[in-house]
Amino acid sequence: MSTTGLAASGELPELANVHWRERADEASLRRADRTWTLSIVAHEVPFLTTAIVLPLLAPVLAVVSVFALAFAWAIPALYAARGAGVLRPWRHRAADRSAERRALGFLGDLVGHETRDLVARTGLVVERGAFGVWVVGPAGALLVRPGGRRVQCYCVRVTDTDLPVADRVAHLLLALRADESGFATVANLTWSGACWRLRRHLSREAREGLAVAVARLR
Amino acid sequence: MSRLIRMDQTGHTVLAHWSPDDLAGTEAARAALQAELERGYLAVASEPDGTAVAVRDLPLDSQLVILRRPIAGG
Repeated sequence: MSTTGLAASGELPELANVHWRERADEASLRRADRTWTLSIVAHEVPFLTTAIVLPLLAPVLAVVSVFALAFAWAIPALYAARGAGVLRPWRHRAADRSAERRALGFLGDLVGHETRDLVARTGLVVERGAFGVWVVGPAGALLVRPGGRRVQCYCVRVTDTDLPVADRVAHLLLALRADESGFATVANLTWSGACWRLRRHLSREAREGLAVAVARLR
Repeated sequence: MSRLIRMDQTGHTVLAHWSPDDLAGTEAARAALQAELERGYLAVASEPDGTAVAVRDLPLDSQLVILRRPIAGG
């Protein structure tokens, strides 16, 4: 991975590895939101149409309608579950306990008092940015958009596999603080949709992080 | 006293201390920073107000410079 050529202007050096991507800004994030909404509508319409029309043609086809409704419910849920995966608890080989403690203390030093309590309880950091409020975990982040109703899920991680979990969060937090637009560009958007749809697929800790982020926007 | 810290497998390691009037400490910190950059680490100056700036040279007036590994989309 070559990342040494940039940073003179303060942008993330990792952008060099995704030079073909359009730099994320408010307009591109809104476009992504709209694309995801259209995609879900395109998935839903055929199933819902089937569920409504078939029983009108022949009542016995109501059985097929039930399956169509089940698909209409399940497909967005599967996408949301994929999005929720970015804050799934880290299950890879753990660093030793003293390293985890040191890393957690260091992460606590990087954030304010309010967020420090959240870090201790959940291992997640909530950080306000220009695009909304971020919930940062060890292998990804949520971006709760202004208004607190919509959320984007980003899969992004540090490339070193042996770091303590809290250090992984600190890596992402520092990259986010240094260049929010660059961070959103480097990260892979895995899902965008309603907060309520995502919430049911999150762990207890991630739900708390999401709730804090939404509260900071309202 | 400013610190140069590397995030690593131990949680973190303090590589150098310096202050603007400490020439030897500043040179040692500068050399340590360059050595880590050559190893592929990236440097971020972290400010007390919660902002951070990617740097390639030692910012003498910064209280905390942190070395991190690159990130990538998963």
